[in-house]
Amino acid sequence: MSSKRTVQFKIYRYDPDKDAAPYMQDISVELEESDKKLLDALVRLKAKDDSLSFRRSCREGVCGSDAMNINGKNGLACLTSMDDIAQPITLRPLPGLPVIRDVIVDMTQFFKQYHSIKPYLINNEPAPERERLQSPEDRDELNGLYECILCACCSTSCPSFWWNPDKFVGPAGLLAAYRFLADTRDQATSERLDNLEDPYRLFRCHSIMNCVDVCPKHLNPTKAIGKIKDMMVRRAV
Amino acid sequence: MKVAKRTFDAVIVGAGGAGLRAALQLSEAGLKTAVLTKVFPTRSHTVAAQGGVAASLGNSTEDNWHWHMYDTVKGSDWLGDQDAIEFMVKKANEVVVELEHYGMPFDRTDNGKIYQRPFGGHSQNYGQTPVSRSCAAADRTGHAMLHALYQRNVRANTQFFVEWMAMDLIRNADGDVLGVTAMEMETGEVSIFHAKATIFATGGSGRIYYSSTNAFINTGDGVGMAARAGIPLEDMEFWQFHPTGVAGAGVLITEGVRGEGGILRNASGERFMERYAPNLKDLASRDVVSRSMVTEINEGRGCGSEKDHVLLDITHLSPETINKRLPGIREISIQFAGVDPIKAPIPVVPTCHYQMGGIPTNYKGQVVVPKDGNPNVPVAGFYAAGECACASVHGANRLGTNSLLDLLVFGKAAGETVVSDFQSGQLTLKPLPENAADVSLARIARLETQTNGEEVHEVRLAMQRTMQKHAGVFRFADMLKEGVTKILEVAERAKHTQIKDKSKVWNTARTEALELDNLIEVAKATMVSAEARKESRGAHVRDDAIDCAETPNGRDDKNWLKHTLWYSEGNRLDYKPVTLQPMSADVEPIALAKRTY
Repeated sequence: MSSKRTVQFKIYRYDPDKDAAPYMQDISVELEESDKKLLDALVRLKAKDDSLSFRRSCREGVCGSDAMNINGKNGLACLTSMDDIAQPITLRPLPGLPVIRDVIVDMTQFFKQYHSIKPYLINNEPAPERERLQSPEDRDELNGLYECILCACCSTSCPSFWWNPDKFVGPAGLLAAYRFLADTRDQATSERLDNLEDPYRLFRCHSIMNCVDVCPKHLNPTKAIGKIKDMMVRRAV
Repeated sequence: MKVAKRTFDAVIVGAGGAGLRAALQLSEAGLKTAVLTKVFPTRSHTVAAQGGVAASLGNSTEDNWHWHMYDTVKGSDWLGDQDAIEFMVKKANEVVVELEHYGMPFDRTDNGKIYQRPFGGHSQNYGQTPVSRSCAAADRTGHAMLHALYQRNVRANTQFFVEWMAMDLIRNADGDVLGVTAMEMETGEVSIFHAKATIFATGGSGRIYYSSTNAFINTGDGVGMAARAGIPLEDMEFWQFHPTGVAGAGVLITEGVRGEGGILRNASGERFMERYAPNLKDLASRDVVSRSMVTEINEGRGCGSEKDHVLLDITHLSPETINKRLPGIREISIQFAGVDPIKAPIPVVPTCHYQMGGIPTNYKGQVVVPKDGNPNVPVAGFYAAGECACASVHGANRLGTNSLLDLLVFGKAAGETVVSDFQSGQLTLKPLPENAADVSLARIARLETQTNGEEVHEVRLAMQRTMQKHAGVFRFADMLKEGVTKILEVAERAKHTQIKDKSKVWNTARTEALELDNLIEVAKATMVSAEARKESRGAHVRDDAIDCAETPNGRDDKNWLKHTLWYSEGNRLDYKPVTLQPMSADVEPIALAKRTY
């Protein structure tokens, strides 16, 4: 790793308290050798200009706070290496959601869609004294589904979600829907499918696969959506 | 400034594991509850827990709560309260099974039960052999747990105030707690949350140290608020340094790696833990392993060009095991250490991880303070659970997987206590004092107008460097003494921090300045309590404590088998007895003994 170096940024700035309109700010910062990720650089930048606003928490890719649009592609700042990133580093808020300030977006619509699929286990049998049994193979069906961190990189890279954020559940919500459909302990399969049987909620996915391309956890919402569509077809025949 | 007032039956501050578990209890009982959280619930730091949650289910190896209790008391170096520990280990199976019923995707054994793995300090038959007690969802247990708890709260229609930062605790002249003030981050508006019951579940404060596994948000907000409002802090000298943080980055590598067979090696490739803990070796208690690692490094057997770390080796495990049981660790190693652990060992170093002390509570989750000669009198209307609280189940050193258990058991217990106090009519809405928000408004006004002050990040860094240097894995009498002077100087500087950003909207400069006020309380409590405790116990080890028959490992039970209480006002210390008597007649007290692994 090289020692001290200066990097150039172009950052979307907007403070509704003082700015009439958003603008792109050109700014540079000198990094220390220990600044390996984009988030490290942003923290360094904030020490220089404390008005730069962004969400961040775990800095290891598991809390989902620091999603933003990085050189045109959605990703997490904490998992983006400073070694292989083109300059000037252009940072914008996640596309398609209202901007609150700088790269902080209003995620209300995103969570509304997540909540709409009833993201909790439904099993109306009386709870047994011990754990419900599940075979390792059945448990493996949840791999690639439960790891979602709700960062919204996927849904905000999806043209169908941009056009119909109020009607199309979006990749993150649909991944969660399939996570419960795939769980052998869940008993609400037909209720869950009914909930998605609609021209928009599920079927606005046109397999563009931007979601797969940007997911920082390497999950595959398109595949999960395909499986839900299969379940719809199977129950129709 | 006009201050809006909202009224609830209960307000919970924090939406990590403890806050969400408590919220569930309240929502399901129909109490009008507000959960305040400065981050969206699933971004809370519980999400980063990896290796598992302890419960003596005995799914893979024979186990029972008696053994779990013994391990926890011994792990605490006898500073844990045995009534609370008995309560926690007895409740473990129940709260873990409940989580499974909520939908938590635990890994499974071949016969379909919850998968369990060995973990540090957990044993069969009172210290004899390692036991599989850690219930795990791969190496993402905290993530799976936090999401399952959030999802269950969605089902229960819990009312969240997301991205609201609690600022100050409201107490009346009698000391009763009446709620909190909080700032909505999107607008900068301050509101009063007036409630019959207030539960703090604000997590830890690991960001007082320079090198920490903790998230940026772990700034001890509840602990700081409590201290400023006159509540003493218990046992703050005890901080856990996790043996395996990624060298340089600080990111956590779970002890579950060693549970799955990982081995720590020094520069010559030696499995050095065999020398320090012949019985449990790499799975000895965390304080023991961290000290052994630092000793190896200090004696010149560290790895790398700077000889400043050791190696965590799992290259002997099959790629299948690593990908199935430790997939997150593999990703973290590649991301933050530049190493694929299938092919090469991971560079690791002890890193600040967990606050054993906190707001003093009993096992019901009630906050307790000394009053009229009784050391444990409940504060009316005030409850706490999880890392911000000190029940005390971890004493001087916490066992891995007992933190997730702590937040489930005591989050639920605090919720149950509030519900039963509410239903019995004990909880009433007491009148707010005049100008209940004045303290908070003054803090904001100061930041508005402060000039010629230092920047927040400068003062924070000074605090972190001081803590790291003066109150680390090994502690030295002279360094602690100097550390007290230095941290009090830093605390003075923190009173005059200055921010350039004056926006009302999502002003993170202001948030960080408010967080620093909380961190500073924790840092002072830690340094002052550590300087005063003239013995070695658990994670607190100092050079002037002698290992002899009377004080085994430097532990001085005659003079120091007691809890520290630090008061912010006057920067003064008090002490209270450790509860050595278990809760019930089901078990004898675990007798004091020299701690070896």
